[in-house]
Amino acid sequence: MTPVVSLRGASLTFGKRTLWEGLDLDINPGEFFAVLGPNGSGKTTFLKVLLGLQELSTGTAMLDGRPVVRGSRRIGYVPQQKSFDPDTPLRARDLVALGVDGHRWGIRLGGAKVNRKVDELLDLVGATDYAKVPVGQLSGGEQQRLRVAQALATDPNVLLCDEPLLSLDLQHQQAVSALINKQCHEADSAVVFVTHEINPIMDYVDRVLYLAGGRFRVGTPAEVMTTEVLSDLYGSHVEVIQANGRLIVVGLPDATTHHHQDAHSVAGEVG
Amino acid sequence: MDLGDLLHSIFNFENYGELLVLVQNSIWAGAVLGLLGGLMGTFVMKRDLAFAVHGISELSFAGAAFALLIGANIVLGSLAGSVLAAVVLGVMGVRARDKNSIIGVIMPFGLGLGILFLSLYEGRAANKFGLLTGQIVSVGTVQLQVLAFAAVVVMVALVAIWRPLTFASVDPDVATARGVPVRALALGFMVLLGISVALSIQIVGALLVLALLITPAAAAMRVTSSPRLVVTLSIVFAMTATVGGILLALGGRLPISPYVTTLSFLIYVACRVIGGAKAKRGINGRILRSP
Repeated sequence: MTPVVSLRGASLTFGKRTLWEGLDLDINPGEFFAVLGPNGSGKTTFLKVLLGLQELSTGTAMLDGRPVVRGSRRIGYVPQQKSFDPDTPLRARDLVALGVDGHRWGIRLGGAKVNRKVDELLDLVGATDYAKVPVGQLSGGEQQRLRVAQALATDPNVLLCDEPLLSLDLQHQQAVSALINKQCHEADSAVVFVTHEINPIMDYVDRVLYLAGGRFRVGTPAEVMTTEVLSDLYGSHVEVIQANGRLIVVGLPDATTHHHQDAHSVAGEVG
Repeated sequence: MDLGDLLHSIFNFENYGELLVLVQNSIWAGAVLGLLGGLMGTFVMKRDLAFAVHGISELSFAGAAFALLIGANIVLGSLAGSVLAAVVLGVMGVRARDKNSIIGVIMPFGLGLGILFLSLYEGRAANKFGLLTGQIVSVGTVQLQVLAFAAVVVMVALVAIWRPLTFASVDPDVATARGVPVRALALGFMVLLGISVALSIQIVGALLVLALLITPAAAAMRVTSSPRLVVTLSIVFAMTATVGGILLALGGRLPISPYVTTLSFLIYVACRVIGGAKAKRGINGRILRSP
């Protein structure tokens, strides 16, 4: 099986600060791969490398056996939820249509084909009922469903998700992550899922890359999300507790950077 | 002046037919600028550049005033001023906050320069006033041709970058991820905006450019979210304001801008009322299924 994403000897340094070095990694089709770590550990930069927006300091990054390029159709990108201005002249279906042909020059001629594709995508993510609602009037969860549809517009072999569940409520977190998982396991796309919080996607994750303090660890959640491994990565004692099939990480050195996880550990509910 | 005289100087339709023939060029110019303003306005709104338009127009005014002072072509002067301002904003003001403070710095400087040049100018006072409040009554055939040519160039360029510019304007993060040259498009759009402002200034003047480049698009966005309909309505509103304004202004001896801005404003108010009513009744295109 050819890996979809392949990094060899990859490192990234900004001035004196090293985000990671010597990273060898293969992500296979149909694999749900999570990237975890505190803020500033280089999770988003990792995605930027795969998007061709950030050059590696050393090493190579390949996509489908070819060096990464900007704007590849083989990549679908699901960003964080952000609010749209209520006046934005864009309906749900228009947002999805941008994913289909928004990068092309000129104006859209012969819209019938694009419309069919958009209808298909909306149906896939269950967004048909609000296809004509302005994006600014949709809930965060509805917007993220559209983001998934938008990302799937080019039938990509890898979905790059940058904290797509942030600021969604529990129900929507589950719906959106299930949708992404469906694409992963039914359409055999690889998923690279950057997140603060592993619990909402716990059932789906095959492997994780945990970045912290300029170092990293790759493995299954059971291998990586342990007291020993995280304590080693953070260089101080971190306790990982299992409760009802979810993980609670206690005692992270920088509480503010892990606000999300910590807050929810205290509250005792899934973020 | 009693009320009758006042009304007479605002609305006067004597010899209307003859006048109409005389100002044919002006009406065409108004139509061209309406079309341009309506098209550009939708992107100005999407990119949140209303304040930038104002800043550019002040520098455009300074450029025109300088041209007037040294006896050069006023249109070229105004074009130079606005394109320069637009490019500076495009290069420096990447983040919204930077942009606003840079505009805030540029705007009074441009206005001050313009006033300086006008004070030094010793020609006809009407020329001075026209730069700020617009004058279109005396559009010559050559002038109209130049205007139409420039407007067509801008519109062709805009159509060429339409889709990626839309993507970059409403959804910059994903557009970047998809390889859309977001920064280059931003700069290119600013150049087009600079030219459009300079052209529009000739009809409504530096102070009132917003009525052509903002109000019609803002009005359209109150009543619909369909991208295609927003553009269509924006053009219709802008052309109604310019051509209608010229037709109304014809008889009186006042500048044309108050007519254009008032029409533009009334259209906006009407659209707000309609948009508000729609929102109140909860109409937003969602299909509600009964449980």
